[in-house]
Amino acid sequence: MSLLKLDGVLKRYEGVTAVDHVSFTVPDGAIFGLLGPNGAGKTSIIRMITTITRPDAGEIYVSGQAVGRETIGKVGYMPEERGLYKKMNVEDHLLYLARLKGLSKADATRALDYWFDRFSIETWRTKKIEELSKGMQQKIQFIATVVHDPDLIILDEPFSGLDPINTNLIKDEIYELAQRGKQIVFSTHRMEQVEEICDYIVLINKGKNVLEGWVKDIKQSFRENLYEVKVDGELDDSVLQAYSLRDRTRGGAYVVQLPETKPGNALLSDLVGAGINVTSFREVLPSLNEIFIRQVGDYNPVLETV
Amino acid sequence: MDKILLIIKREYLTRVKKKSFLLATILTPLGIAAFMVVASFIFGYESDEAKRIAVVDQGGVITGGIKDEKNIKFSQYSGTLEEARAEAVDGDFDGVLVIPEQSNLYTKDVQVEYYSEDGLTLDVEGVIRDRVRDYIRDYKAEQLGMDKRSLDALSFNTYVEPEPLIEGGEDTSKITGAIGAGIGTLMGFVMYLVIFIYGMMVMRSVQEEKTTRIVEVMISSVKPFQLMLGKIVGVGLVGMTQVLVWAILIPLIVAGASFFFGIEPPQADASAAGGMNPEEAENMVLLAIQEIQNQNWWAILPLFLIYFLGGYFLYASLFAAVGSAMGEDQGESQALTIPITIPVVLAIYIMFAVVQAPNSTLAMWSSQFPLFSPIVMPARLAFSPPFWEVALSITILIATSIFFIWLSARIYRAGILLYGKKIGFKEMGKWMISG
Repeated sequence: MSLLKLDGVLKRYEGVTAVDHVSFTVPDGAIFGLLGPNGAGKTSIIRMITTITRPDAGEIYVSGQAVGRETIGKVGYMPEERGLYKKMNVEDHLLYLARLKGLSKADATRALDYWFDRFSIETWRTKKIEELSKGMQQKIQFIATVVHDPDLIILDEPFSGLDPINTNLIKDEIYELAQRGKQIVFSTHRMEQVEEICDYIVLINKGKNVLEGWVKDIKQSFRENLYEVKVDGELDDSVLQAYSLRDRTRGGAYVVQLPETKPGNALLSDLVGAGINVTSFREVLPSLNEIFIRQVGDYNPVLETV
Repeated sequence: MDKILLIIKREYLTRVKKKSFLLATILTPLGIAAFMVVASFIFGYESDEAKRIAVVDQGGVITGGIKDEKNIKFSQYSGTLEEARAEAVDGDFDGVLVIPEQSNLYTKDVQVEYYSEDGLTLDVEGVIRDRVRDYIRDYKAEQLGMDKRSLDALSFNTYVEPEPLIEGGEDTSKITGAIGAGIGTLMGFVMYLVIFIYGMMVMRSVQEEKTTRIVEVMISSVKPFQLMLGKIVGVGLVGMTQVLVWAILIPLIVAGASFFFGIEPPQADASAAGGMNPEEAENMVLLAIQEIQNQNWWAILPLFLIYFLGGYFLYASLFAAVGSAMGEDQGESQALTIPITIPVVLAIYIMFAVVQAPNSTLAMWSSQFPLFSPIVMPARLAFSPPFWEVALSITILIATSIFFIWLSARIYRAGILLYGKKIGFKEMGKWMISG
């Protein structure tokens, strides 16, 4: 069963259609990436999943249930702009947020113990939020997002401002949660992160779902039969004539486009046959970044109304 | 509902535990007590030192010497003014009072002179003036050949005693007006303070949550209305706690200070400054205490509470709405709070007028109008306004409060998610209608 499904969701703000009949179904077990330029409607969609706002039409299903009061406890949300009460201490704050999600005091305390131990931050319990560094605060925010053991975890730019160590820490947590069957929804502009982490993506532009699918499949579908090859020395023009040279990278590698019919092996055997020493050979699939730009093109971002 | 309770609890505890709250709550009564102690000492200090005044009676006005006041001793001086002044300089006297010959018995202005180093201080001036007037009056009477007894008949006290029109009707005393005014003014000021301090606290809290973006996390768990209401109630409870602590501590500390330091209660000192004689003042105080006790407190106190709550909720929800529409810009929010505070200030002025004419048309209408009634009607309660007026006023107030809460919630819901854009009244109007 899909943990997140949108069906014909529509949302308007003051005459502007922020979300235009968007539908998608996230496959079970896939780490999901919700992508799009600023103002595309991602935030609006996320806000409807988290019950902050309601769609004007269409339905959203979390764990098979229509979004409403009952799904509040099933969703964890870490907004792009982090926010915590500065003057509260860590323990009280996390307890407060956990209980607002519906946990009993006993369950919340137990969950907190687990996370304090897991992150080894026992000593932070009585510290005030304002005493913590930014990175520390984000770790607390992350705990607040998952403390109530939600089925659906929405992370909006979760790594922004984190140093590499903390980034890895959160990344590991994300993988572990996904492994345990939680649905991760990842929202970001950073395509490298998406490629690394996400399995399934939806690209939103101007309120519409313009691209959806498994990352691997999408990259495959946009492939242009490009190969990158590194050799000792230089390649002769004669060799290159059979193929169209796309690019010469700074590292000295050649990026070559093969005609549709020819497999990559053909280039390799050609080179080897010509006695050239090949030091590196790989297919170049388009990056999501490129796909993104190509899809969105010369977009006019809608001014962010919400 | 549980969520609202959770929010109330947090809003309350985080504020009550703050050092600033504890300090303000405890220090204020202590401050008042300290002020009283110091003030009493100042008054007391003056009067502890006996002043010796030499009276040079040039006109032979005083017969038998001037009667002494508590700390002021008059002694007839047989020498000349120069001799008296010399002795005063030496320290034998603190001052020299010169009563010149009364050449014109029909003069409207009688002037006497007081020679001293300290100048004419309040304690001395009142006493001298009273004494001199009495003695010179007697002198004039004698000189003009008037009978003293007839003269005394001319000075008398006037009292107006209120009586009920219908047999068995409400029997008020002459003090009721003053008591009513006192209670009403007190209530009015308490409301005013509460609205300002705690209403603004609500507004600032809403703004902070918006600025720190915590509000996004919060409303993914609770409805905006729950957050707003929980906050208003929580902050209101903080206000009530503080007022309650003061209501208990201030009388205790004042009584304790009086007892401890052996100070006379302020009324006695005030009467000396006011020109009443001590006996009259004491009677007034007793009458006042009796009048206060006679008030129907069983009815008045719950009504106070209802108006207190109604007024607070009404204004606090407006502050919440403003806070949600405002951004980080403090200046903007200050500007928008002015329309809210104008009715409060107006209400105080109306209250003063109402207290003087508690059954006038102004009084009636202003205690129905919900923006004024929380301040005006409590002031009238000491004057036993008609039951139907009170009932109607409360109903209107409660209904309006609920309406305002609902209205503000719509603005709040839209406002807390909007950043950067300046929100004007037109926007808020749209939110109120479309929600």
